[in-house]
Amino acid sequence: MAAAATPKMITANELRDGYVVFLGPNGSWVRSVEAGQLLAEGPELDQAKAYAQAQHDARVVVEPYVIDIVVKDGVPVPERLKERIRAKGPTVDYGKDEVARLGRAS
Amino acid sequence: MYRYDEFDQEFIGHRVAQFRDQVARRLSGEITEDQFKPLRLQNGVYLQLHAYMLRIAVPYGTLSPRQLRMLAHIARKYDKGYGHFTTRQNLQFHWPALKDIPDILADLASVEMHGIQTSGNCIRNVTADHFAGAAADEIIDPRPYAEILRQWSSLHPEFLFLPRKFKIAVTGAERDRAAVQVHDIGLHAKRNEKGEIGFAVFVGGGLGRTPMIAHKIRDFLPEEDLLSYMESILRVYNLYGRRDNKYKARIKILVHEAGAEAITRQVEEDFARIKDSALKLPEEEIHRIRAYFALPDLPAREAESRKLSAARVTDSALDAWVRQNSVEHKVPGHVAVTVSLKPIGGTPGDATHEQMDLLADLAERYSASEARVSHEQNIVFPHVAKDDLPELFAELQRSGLATANAGLITDIISCPGLDYCSLANARSIPVAQRISERFGAPERQRLIGDLKIKISGCINACGHHHVGHIGILGVEKKGEEFYQITLGGSGDEHTSIGEIIGRGFSSEEVVDAIETIVDKYLEVRERPEETFLATYRRLGQEPFKEALYGDA
Ligand code: SF4
Repeated sequence: MAAAATPKMITANELRDGYVVFLGPNGSWVRSVEAGQLLAEGPELDQAKAYAQAQHDARVVVEPYVIDIVVKDGVPVPERLKERIRAKGPTVDYGKDEVARLGRAS
Repeated sequence: MYRYDEFDQEFIGHRVAQFRDQVARRLSGEITEDQFKPLRLQNGVYLQLHAYMLRIAVPYGTLSPRQLRMLAHIARKYDKGYGHFTTRQNLQFHWPALKDIPDILADLASVEMHGIQTSGNCIRNVTADHFAGAAADEIIDPRPYAEILRQWSSLHPEFLFLPRKFKIAVTGAERDRAAVQVHDIGLHAKRNEKGEIGFAVFVGGGLGRTPMIAHKIRDFLPEEDLLSYMESILRVYNLYGRRDNKYKARIKILVHEAGAEAITRQVEEDFARIKDSALKLPEEEIHRIRAYFALPDLPAREAESRKLSAARVTDSALDAWVRQNSVEHKVPGHVAVTVSLKPIGGTPGDATHEQMDLLADLAERYSASEARVSHEQNIVFPHVAKDDLPELFAELQRSGLATANAGLITDIISCPGLDYCSLANARSIPVAQRISERFGAPERQRLIGDLKIKISGCINACGHHHVGHIGILGVEKKGEEFYQITLGGSGDEHTSIGEIIGRGFSSEEVVDAIETIVDKYLEVRERPEETFLATYRRLGQEPFKEALYGDA
């Protein structure tokens, strides 16, 4: 049996505030990868790429690109570690959360 | 501290207005990202893994309480409540929104700060010994020269488009705390036998993909010739530095390929021509700048503080902290204090807005209103009376800033790595945290003694791993994080580049590997005073290799 092609997603940063976003349903941009739209390689992806580029040109997002996704238990997860960290934020706590954790430890 | 003159202030003000307009035009669509990118980078604005990142220049690492409070304010108002001090003595905010950055820059300008010279192929913010003007072993205060270099290099029209970025570091003590031999230009200020001030000039050092130790091309450059000589080096580099390949564009490659002698000859030829030009530093100008860096009025005190000695007897935590985190000052009865930003298990170099505010207050109360950022990602209070140490310690302790680990194995330098940086191959911070936890017990750290661990998340080496006694480099192997270990590096007056010990380790294995190395060191050192580095230099790789990989 041929392996199913890796599903894709399009990601970018919002222009105004820089946050990581994913292309969601109906041309929206969403902040959570779970809400992003899975895209099959071929016309579907090509169309989405063209749309994303137009959104870049329209100053909504910056430098969109395609990432590989693995669906685990029905939840989309970026394949590469870098993209997983990008989607979920730093893997370490920071700011007041870190201070609170360290305070508890000592 | 240096205070901006009218020119500085006006220039920075104009720059903020200009950038405000550029951001507005980007948001309104008048300019594209491609057009905007170089403009934002010139103001220290990067687009990183998660968001924009603003890198703020802290010239030669010197901060006033007013500036620290402003950084705290920005962290609170525009970011996520914290900032990250870097190995270049700068501060980075990881989450500012583009639309807010003009306001942030205006706030910064009000305290004489900006993000210029923190990006791009220009002469970057000049760094210096973090104990400058304070350390007992200092011969010349490097800060006036760092300031002169700042003024000369800021937007120097000829050097805005160098082949690659260019970093200058200055020290004025025998003990090199500014790592001058791994900079594009390193300056070591000293006196000759006649008592005149001059500089040993090192050129072509650097880390990154091709680490190299600088060549000394002048043993004693007279003070007045500082700028002309710098100009000549930069000219030679600007002319002959490679522009065809980004990885071969730093001056270290030029020096390496052309040879130090050839480069020295070219520099000297150009220098002979411009030596007596307008760049010659007038005596009065040096005096004028030096006056900004005069030693603060520290009241005369006894060399030893009875109050401190008594407190140390009853408080072992204070005793350990004083021993580890303070160094002798040139004025008797005083010390320079390192405030560790390396709590056990924390993120190296991070500080919250509350901590920055507190540091500002404490600098005011206990350190003649001065603080410094060290390239080791700590904060320094340069002028503290020994009498005040018990109180200062108590204040720091309340805010988790009293870790007694300066120079020890948990005082780890770490770049942001894959948790923040879009160029990274692997994470650095979690590795630093796990090592810190593994070795965090105070007795264990003290038993191990001086040991510098430095971690970079990719070959760009922002974490200075090449000059770590133990260096850790994150790489990617088959999609997984993998860590290469180097031993024997050092960034001081006896600079050496660490050597790769063998095959790398997975994220799970790497902390055990470090422990194996450290345990081996404890076993083979001749006596407790023999540091890890000295032991490694005496014995070489073999015992460590064997401990890590067996005989195979
Ligand atoms: S060393 Fe690499 S991963 Fe670390 S901050 Fe520099 S560029 Fe980023």
